[in-house]
Amino acid sequence: MIPFNELITDNLPALVVVLPLLGGLLATLVGRFAWLWSTIITGSVFLLTYTLFTAVQAGPGMRYEFGNWPYLWGIEYRIDLLNAFILLVVSGIAFIATIYAKLSVEDEIPADRHNFFYSVWLLAITGLLGITITGDAFNVYVLLEISSLTIYALIAMGKDRDPRALTASLRYLILGSVGASFILLGIGYLLMVTGTLNMADMHAQLMAMPEATQNRTILVAFAFLLVGLSLKMALFPLHTWLPKAYTYAPSAVTAMVAATATKVGVYMAFRFLFTIFGYKFTFVDMPSYHILIICAAVGIIITGLTAIRQTNAKKLLAYSSVGQIGYIVAGFALANPQGVAGSLVHIFNHAAMKGGMFMALGAVAYRVGGTNMKDLRGLGKRMPLTAGCITAGALGLIGFPMTAGFISKWYLVQGALAGGSWLLAFTILFGSLLAVIYSWKMIEAMYFREPEGKTAEATEAPYMLVLPTMALIGLSIYFGINAEFTAGTALKAAAALLPGGVQ
Amino acid sequence: MIQLEILDQVPPPLLALLIPTIGAFLIGLLGRWPNLREGATLLTAFTLFGVVTGIYTGIIDPGYWSAPAADFWTPTASTAPIVLVEMLPGIELSLKVEPLGMVYAMIASTLWILNSLYSIGYMRGNKEKHQTRFYICFALAIASVMGIAFSANMFSLFVFYELLSLTTYPLVAHKGTPHAVRSARTYLGLLVGTSVGLLLLGLIATWFITGDLTFKPGGVFTQVLADGTLTAPVLGLLFFLYMYGIGKAALMPIHRWLPAAMVAPTPVSALLHAVAVVKAGVFSVVKVIIYLFGTASLVSTASGEWLIYVAGASILIASCIALFQDNLKRRLAYSTVSQLSYITIAASMLSPMALMAAAMHIAAHAFGKITLFFAAGSIYTAAHKKNISELDGIGRRMPFTMGAFTIGTLSMIGVPPTAGFISKWYLVSGAWETGYDFVLVVIVCSTLLNAAYFLPIVYRAFFKPPPDDDHPHGEAPWPIVVAVCATAAGTVAMFFYPDVALELALQIQRGLP
Amino acid sequence: MSDVLEIYNYWIYIVLMMVGFYGVMAKRNLIKQAIALGLFQTGIFLFYISMAVVDGGTAPIWMADGATKVPNPLAVPAAFDNPLPHVLMLTAIVVGVSILAVALAIIINIRRAFGTIEYDELTKIEREMEAREAREAAQ
Repeated sequence: MIPFNELITDNLPALVVVLPLLGGLLATLVGRFAWLWSTIITGSVFLLTYTLFTAVQAGPGMRYEFGNWPYLWGIEYRIDLLNAFILLVVSGIAFIATIYAKLSVEDEIPADRHNFFYSVWLLAITGLLGITITGDAFNVYVLLEISSLTIYALIAMGKDRDPRALTASLRYLILGSVGASFILLGIGYLLMVTGTLNMADMHAQLMAMPEATQNRTILVAFAFLLVGLSLKMALFPLHTWLPKAYTYAPSAVTAMVAATATKVGVYMAFRFLFTIFGYKFTFVDMPSYHILIICAAVGIIITGLTAIRQTNAKKLLAYSSVGQIGYIVAGFALANPQGVAGSLVHIFNHAAMKGGMFMALGAVAYRVGGTNMKDLRGLGKRMPLTAGCITAGALGLIGFPMTAGFISKWYLVQGALAGGSWLLAFTILFGSLLAVIYSWKMIEAMYFREPEGKTAEATEAPYMLVLPTMALIGLSIYFGINAEFTAGTALKAAAALLPGGVQ
Repeated sequence: MIQLEILDQVPPPLLALLIPTIGAFLIGLLGRWPNLREGATLLTAFTLFGVVTGIYTGIIDPGYWSAPAADFWTPTASTAPIVLVEMLPGIELSLKVEPLGMVYAMIASTLWILNSLYSIGYMRGNKEKHQTRFYICFALAIASVMGIAFSANMFSLFVFYELLSLTTYPLVAHKGTPHAVRSARTYLGLLVGTSVGLLLLGLIATWFITGDLTFKPGGVFTQVLADGTLTAPVLGLLFFLYMYGIGKAALMPIHRWLPAAMVAPTPVSALLHAVAVVKAGVFSVVKVIIYLFGTASLVSTASGEWLIYVAGASILIASCIALFQDNLKRRLAYSTVSQLSYITIAASMLSPMALMAAAMHIAAHAFGKITLFFAAGSIYTAAHKKNISELDGIGRRMPFTMGAFTIGTLSMIGVPPTAGFISKWYLVSGAWETGYDFVLVVIVCSTLLNAAYFLPIVYRAFFKPPPDDDHPHGEAPWPIVVAVCATAAGTVAMFFYPDVALELALQIQRGLP
Repeated sequence: MSDVLEIYNYWIYIVLMMVGFYGVMAKRNLIKQAIALGLFQTGIFLFYISMAVVDGGTAPIWMADGATKVPNPLAVPAAFDNPLPHVLMLTAIVVGVSILAVALAIIINIRRAFGTIEYDELTKIEREMEAREAREAAQ
């Protein structure tokens, strides 16, 4: 008989996935306590990931063989600093978003579907965490589909506020499935060549092939994966599903998905491009640098310009999110320590800022009923805390010093300079200028217009909405002032991904 | 004695930063009682003045200045930078007192008292709305100014520079009318745009190349220039990024935010033009040239020479535009654009004498220009007139205001006995010393132009008869008149007693390697 | 030439997949899009399944007296088909069915909300809604 606590500590990595999975299934059975149940589950998952993170931070990586199948036979979970960091971000955001979800869901979704909502919600989190923790390529696909399917459903639940949530969700479903299928194809080709699904082993097999760049199967696998991943992380110009999906989803869903889903997509890109194919194949032999950088740079500018034209604040932020993905992709495509670190830091920073901003807009929707620019007018007086959060988040998007966004830009621009690309450095900062323009549309509406319609009677949102929002925005400011934790972790993780680093 | 213990705990430059910040909180708390609120503003202003003077005279931190010149650069217990926050390894927010910053801090804290007094008269006289927000932002802007003045490295300067843009934005957009909001957008767009797009790029590139952003005599580039990691063209590019990145210095063609910001209430214009914003710009330009690039590096690579010609062109073009402005505040705005380039041109000549001129002119222009703006606001409050063509005979009704205005114009032109004469003297000496004939020509032409666009206003005010249909009015409310006269007196006093500014300017010179 | 024909199984999968892909992108009816998506995924299943087949291989059934230690089937040619991709596809088929189910559920809801499942008409309705919102915002 194994003692219970030993059972837990020995199986920590498995619990990160199993706990929300079972929790999600049970959420349909707990009746009125679905929210409380989800909060407990996500809270415990956060503690688990934190334990994992501290363990990985101190020592080398961690390996866990699922179901005690030996290496290469079963699914292996492999945790290094990179995915421990992403796990921490995802589970942290999920926890805060779950707390936030209570009132927002009560407001936006009919009561008879709350249990289903939380069930699907926890399953989505399961998928996102699973993708991040697993070391098995096919497992990535399965968990990717779990998270995607549940997110399609979550987005479609916005239909009671705006029927366009349905079309947005379907569009995402179709493009998302195509993207996932491409990833599946890519994995299939890799399986053909290497005969393995374990990521580390795949890398070893590929390295053993001296003529990998001449092997057409590998090239096709690479191409399919690159396109599929770009679709999943909404890299311009494959981002078309994103703006509407974010705009019409329920507020809590937008906050959670915006902060985590595309980030996990980026994480997958890290894994496939750096861990499986390796730095040399991806960035020396293949023209990934040019492809990714051009997509990212053009995306930063075009989505910035599109964001300026939006009249719905949620949509504006959604376009801004695509641009931010551009920064993240540009960072890792540079494939130098500063760039990759900037990319990683920005995954966290953007998750905190954008998650917080979408939550604040959710609070606006809760009180005012909409998130059009018109609804934001005069908000600075009526809902000072919410408006303050939006302002602080906007400053972060601009990359104002003392916000997290500044730290990201700091590393990204250094990465661009280290890569010898002044033009990219300038594009990154030009993106900030566009951010000034589109954020200022919101700030002007909030502080220099008189409230009208429902906004005129609005009061500050309830604390259950405001506190989680402030928590995320607060994090984004704290890590802007004292960035040693985020930047230090990112630099270490980046060093491990690049040649010369220890895996 | 509890206060004094706190004084011992908090380093003086941080104190200068904290006092206006605390003042802003107080103002916010007292928002419902206007008299108490204005009391808080004045109290904060006087306390800040006390602290800054204390730093200068060494009362608060004895021993700081008594060290032989240039010694406060070698870090000892009392002269090491005060680190507030370390964001990333090596990137920290830190403060340090040095002579150039001292000049700026002295000017800002002195003029803030007068400006507060003036604001009270103006805001009440014109029954402006949102006065609490106005005073809060004002105090925060001054806090940012103190931060800029005492920044120990380029990163801190950048942070406070951006904070200043942000805190002055609500002041520019104060009226909330579509026109005001649009102008404020231009203001913020140009300032944040240049600083994020160019200055930040330069900043990060500097860090990338040298790994050092600390202000120090000789600058940070000597090492990399010597071992060849940095070539002259790249240094030139960096210099360009800095000079155009500091949009607050209003070098043409990024001067447009200044006329746009004229939509703000007059005390704000005064703040922008004299106390805080443009001075932050030229101060940063001078500081960057002396302590980040280092005159020696710039001279050896000849990468700063273009600035002389750009600044010279700015002076002349802005003066010509000013000639044709009928709106008084707009004419003053273009005059500011040209005067700022005086400081830039002085700094870009890179000779010790010219650098002194730059430091002196920061002070001289501040006093002169604030007088002119105070006078313009005084006219607006008393007579509701904005245009020069309406000012016939106004000098007889508002003798104090227009008297002060005249002193201000004389200082702008550079006629003794005003402060403008002294800085112009050093500027000409500097140009003579370095042999830039172009600068001498520019100075002569611009002096003529200055006279051409300022003296007609004085003539009109004193020697033309007032129109008959004019409604009668007298002087503006007393706080305004007192403030105007005080700044005018300051302009004259600086001519007779330029010791403070000169002493500090000399110390800058001695600090040079 | 014979090389091209010999791998006819891959040609079938590519044709199926491309037919599906074309349908997803070009069809204007949402149900047809969903069907095409299913076809697209089925093509990929076939790819996996056919790649595991070994010439002359049999079903990989373990005999009672079979060896206790078996080498990696793909790395070493063996007389039986690789079971791994087939097992993977069991999972993938479940995933595909779920996607189709979610897609159909959403399409039913679209029909209820908008009264149509034609892509062009939906786009038109959405454009009108957006134009109205833009007008309201401009006020």
